[in-house]
Amino acid sequence: MVVAEASTIEAAITGAVAAGTIYLLAATGEVLTERSGILNLGLEGIMMMGASASFIFTLCFNHLAGIVASMIIGALMALLLAFFSVTLRLNQVVTGLALTMFGTGLSGFICAPEVRSSIVRTINPAVPEEVALLNQAPRLLEVPIPILKDLPIVGRAFFTHNLIVYASIIFAVSMWVLLFKTKWGLSIRSVGENPAMADALGVNVYRIRYLSTMIGGALGGLAGAYIFLGYQPFWVEQITRGRGFIALALVILAAWSPLRAILVAYLFGGVEAFQYRVPLLGLGAQTPQFVLMLPYAVTILTLIFLSFSKVKRRISAPAALGTPYTREE
Amino acid sequence: MSKNLFILKLHHHVKFHGPKPKINVILKYGERQVQDVEDNKKKETLVEMIGIVKRFPGVIANDNVDFTLMPGEVHALLGENGAGKTTLMNILYGLYRPDAGMIKIEGKTVSISSPSRAIKLGIGMVHQNFRLIPTHTVAENVILNSPNTGFFINWQKIYDELKKQISKYGWRINPEARVWQLSAGEKQQVEILKLLYRGSRILIFDEPTSVLTPQESRMLFTTMRKMAEEGKGVVLITHKLEEALSVSDRVTVMRKGKVVLVKSTSMTTREELALAMIGRQEITQLPSQGSSKPSVPILSIRNLVVEGDKEEIAVNDASFDIYKGEILGIAGVSGNGQVELAEAIARIRKIKSGKILLEGRDVSSYSPRQMYENGVAYIPAEGARTGVVSDLTVMENMILKCYRYPPYSDKLLIKWREAAKLANMLVEKYQIVAPSINAKVKTLSGGNVQRLVLARELLGNPLTSPRLIIAVYPTSGLDIGAAEYVRTNLIEMRNEGAGILLISEDLDELLRMSNRIAVMYGGRIVGVFEGSQASKEVIGMLMARGAG
Ligand SMILES: Nc1ncnc2c1ncn2[C@@H]1O[C@H](COP(=O)(O)OP(=O)(O)OP(=O)(O)O)[C@@H](O)[C@H]1O
Ligand SMILES: [Mg+2]
Repeated sequence: MVVAEASTIEAAITGAVAAGTIYLLAATGEVLTERSGILNLGLEGIMMMGASASFIFTLCFNHLAGIVASMIIGALMALLLAFFSVTLRLNQVVTGLALTMFGTGLSGFICAPEVRSSIVRTINPAVPEEVALLNQAPRLLEVPIPILKDLPIVGRAFFTHNLIVYASIIFAVSMWVLLFKTKWGLSIRSVGENPAMADALGVNVYRIRYLSTMIGGALGGLAGAYIFLGYQPFWVEQITRGRGFIALALVILAAWSPLRAILVAYLFGGVEAFQYRVPLLGLGAQTPQFVLMLPYAVTILTLIFLSFSKVKRRISAPAALGTPYTREE
Repeated sequence: MSKNLFILKLHHHVKFHGPKPKINVILKYGERQVQDVEDNKKKETLVEMIGIVKRFPGVIANDNVDFTLMPGEVHALLGENGAGKTTLMNILYGLYRPDAGMIKIEGKTVSISSPSRAIKLGIGMVHQNFRLIPTHTVAENVILNSPNTGFFINWQKIYDELKKQISKYGWRINPEARVWQLSAGEKQQVEILKLLYRGSRILIFDEPTSVLTPQESRMLFTTMRKMAEEGKGVVLITHKLEEALSVSDRVTVMRKGKVVLVKSTSMTTREELALAMIGRQEITQLPSQGSSKPSVPILSIRNLVVEGDKEEIAVNDASFDIYKGEILGIAGVSGNGQVELAEAIARIRKIKSGKILLEGRDVSSYSPRQMYENGVAYIPAEGARTGVVSDLTVMENMILKCYRYPPYSDKLLIKWREAAKLANMLVEKYQIVAPSINAKVKTLSGGNVQRLVLARELLGNPLTSPRLIIAVYPTSGLDIGAAEYVRTNLIEMRNEGAGILLISEDLDELLRMSNRIAVMYGGRIVGVFEGSQASKEVIGMLMARGAG
């Protein structure tokens, strides 16, 4: 009995980490983007296109090509957003949502079996048609980490995943170091708080915003690739299922810190994994809906909490978030 | 050589009250008086600005201006509101490009295309509004994008460095503190640290004392002298004659975009400077006190307790009355709860306990708008920052409080024609220099923004002219002429029966204007005097120590 319980906990954590990695990747990127003052509501579309790119390029070549392609497409879409919101100074909410719609539509189109198959076979004619028509691609293999995987409970839960899962933790921690321990990080955060001041001190506001948005986009693309290659074994249309928006909420919940994002991502991942276990646990039919609502409810509560003036002065959104910067004169 | 004839050579011997340079010749050239001072050490000029011209739509802000700064001097740049002082220094700091003229730094002609270029040249500026990030620490603000830090920041080392610098100037800020926790004076010190950390040798201060307490101002002046002693050049933009006289080695006076006087401070007088600045003698005549007998209290404060920004008790058990036709002056060193008191009465700050009665009615739970509708006018401290929306136009700011009511709007729409009429009237009445009523407020000079706030507030609401006026440092940021105009206006309102709460740090101003003076110390009212019986000494003592 005790053994059974331990394995249930283990399975739950494993599921939380596997699902949470999607959020962690997307949120780590979005933390960077938002810290520089750009709100990327196109994240959902970027993830969708990332997933599509990983699908197509994995079919054409291999996993590495799929992953690289997803990050490139993510960065390019973010570049588009940066051009609209940094250079053209358009409304970031509108352009972001437009980007999501664009990504969703394009992803649905290029991954429809016939279109996909012809794209794949144009890039690499050696791929047999029946493979390209299949709504599946080879999965990323799990790479258990020796020694660590034998730790009690957390060992298997954390250290028997594919490489993207490990990378996501490394990315999040590096992002924290970058933001809070380096000169660049200070510049990025300052640009998000007061671009005019940063500009006056010689920080290149535009360059920082472009780069932060593009790196954020690349991580968003990777999150999409991970959904398809590492998390969910088959292709469906709209594969991200709104997770891009949950990641946006998660950034708020993590109060713009990549370290807190790790915690919150696994929490959200746990909620997501839990819904699949509901039938196994014999709970009522309405339970999944209720559980699925939880991340949003927690986010709303967090937003309320963050709006208290006492909290606001300590933790708050970057002051210039969503505001385009124009040099005076 | 032609222009260089007017470049001043100044003996750079500087000690606070040390010997001042000898004057040899006084030249006259056009309306400009230029004097040449012997310079036996032949120190290189730090800054030479020659023939600077800057036009904005509708105004020439700088009209062929020459300006020089020597190493080791504090140079006061004096002038009325809108004289072009800030513009001139913004050009030196790379914020504006001049339309004509040239700039030399240590003899080399330079083109200063941006602030970051200026910083590289060793030029630093502390602006009227601080440019800091409140949620970041002092150290983070200071080292941002500085070439002296490595890629990975060694915070401990930076804290130690900054602490050394801080104690050198006798300051007390903690480099690890968040900037929102600091007072105005401390924020200014952060701004100075920012410049020093980047090795600025040319330091420009734009009206630095307008947000400081007298102690903080004295401390700043000491700092300025110290920086001069280290061989740096310091520019002090101001319109306060006392400041120019007490801290500077040399003065340049500007009027309407032109330089009208350059002189070594020891060779000039208050009168000469005032004349140069406003082109006429200082006015000292205020309307008579009027025979206003205290009658009914318009405002009664009972046991008021108010918290400050840091949740400390800022106003502690204050009780007093203001009568119709009376000015009650609140004296006190700033930071003793005056601003919080005013904000509580204007109802923009929460009351912890106690009561506010307006003509006998309890208004403790009113909104600011209800106060406005009941004839309360509020002139906030730092009006230029907190009293306007700087991205809106002059006209929009003028109707910001009255736009809901006829004749400025009907049930649905704003009547812009009426609004324009009002704005034009106020611009003329208060002599606000603006390109047009459709210009954004952020293009106005600091003093003109203050005038705008006054114009809007003293107008009252469409039903009544104000019955109670809360004026917090209403003349700060204004030149002598404008300040006198405001005082006259307030006294006229008083004579028409308004009750006025006047918060000021200028004891002379309070003594000249108030019917009664209350002294605030540590959040408490520690004494109330009849205007005629108040002695400067007693009040000064109470302000400083809270007890006579
Ligand atoms: N960005 C701008 N756009 C348009 N006009 C401007 C701008 N900046 C300044 N001006 C105008 O130039 C003139 C000089 O302004 P400036 O700010 O230099 O005055 P100042 O001497 O600093 O006055 P104050 O003591 O009131 O601060 C003013 O008439 C002002 O309206
Ligand atoms: Mg100015």
